[in-house]
Amino acid sequence: MARVLTLLASLVLALPFQVHAGEVAKPAVKIENPDTQCVAPAEEMRRNHMEVLQHQRNRTLRLGERGAKVSLNGCIECHASKTNGSVIGGKDNFCEACHAYAAVKLDCWDCHQPKAGYKAAAVAQPSGENK
Amino acid sequence: MSAPENKRRAFLAAVGAVAVAPGISLIAPSQAGTAASSAVRFGMLVDTTKCSPGCDACVKACAAENGLVEPIADLRQGSQWIRKIDLVDTATGRQHSLPMMCQHCAKPPCVDVCPTGASFKRADGIVLVDRHICIGCRYCMMACPYKARSFVHQPLTTQNPEVPRGLGCVEACTFCVQRTDRGLAPACADACPQGAMLFGDLNDPQSAIAKRLKEVATTQVRADLKLGTGVRYQGI
Repeated sequence: MARVLTLLASLVLALPFQVHAGEVAKPAVKIENPDTQCVAPAEEMRRNHMEVLQHQRNRTLRLGERGAKVSLNGCIECHASKTNGSVIGGKDNFCEACHAYAAVKLDCWDCHQPKAGYKAAAVAQPSGENK
Repeated sequence: MSAPENKRRAFLAAVGAVAVAPGISLIAPSQAGTAASSAVRFGMLVDTTKCSPGCDACVKACAAENGLVEPIADLRQGSQWIRKIDLVDTATGRQHSLPMMCQHCAKPPCVDVCPTGASFKRADGIVLVDRHICIGCRYCMMACPYKARSFVHQPLTTQNPEVPRGLGCVEACTFCVQRTDRGLAPACADACPQGAMLFGDLNDPQSAIAKRLKEVATTQVRADLKLGTGVRYQGI
């Protein structure tokens, strides 16, 4: 019995440290500006950033509220990679690191600009020809 | 209108005159966390007698401000938030030119027909598309008598941070809502070399646009539809 208990105890103790073959490594989230404080504690942002952003997007777009504490552009300005200037693009980029790990599709950047400090370049062709 | 209301308006106007430097007509910028006000009704007056046929400064300014710069394979699919139209009176031969964009109707047909509620009118009268819930059905494009809306046919990467736009959504002039919320006029009005586009609050009797509308004869395009357009034209 003692041997069984010892075996069980050693198994339980060993579990957190075991790395199974084929397990995907946890994403290494790189914080570009570690000296700054996010709008909420990291634990809360990890769980709730999508609700916070959705709530604020509706207030900004539908009601016209500007300058709120939470803003998607604020996220980008702080979290964009210093390598490619974006929050997406590779496994090292802030948004993509976790979203690739969790297999959650990122729709934000289909419409929103993922690069910090971006300004559209000169006008190539201002409009179509169907007047 | 009753007398007490008039007094109140005069008082508010006096306060406004003190706050704003003479000669500069500012639109009150929305404060942090303050929503657009239904007391404001944004509108624009286009003086077509000043608008030159060859000039497209407003169109270029719109494209730069709103990031409409993506190279497009088929030009017919390009987004047009504002376009120049040249008109000729066949009877007299009189020619003139005007910019045409979303007229920001008081009763917008695009909002009526939208099946998801993506097309909406803000409290201050600006008509917008909520791209988060736009399904790209294009009913609003059919409903708009001004041909003001465009559909994005291809993935985009050149959006300006304050002007999100993307594949599969309908879009149109926003009166540069990112600027008006800061108290600035739309990019087209600022860029017009003739000063032919006057932007402001139609509800404020002291605003430059309200004063001009009181003085000169102006036209709403397709006024017969009774949409109550926010954009008015002089000289057509």
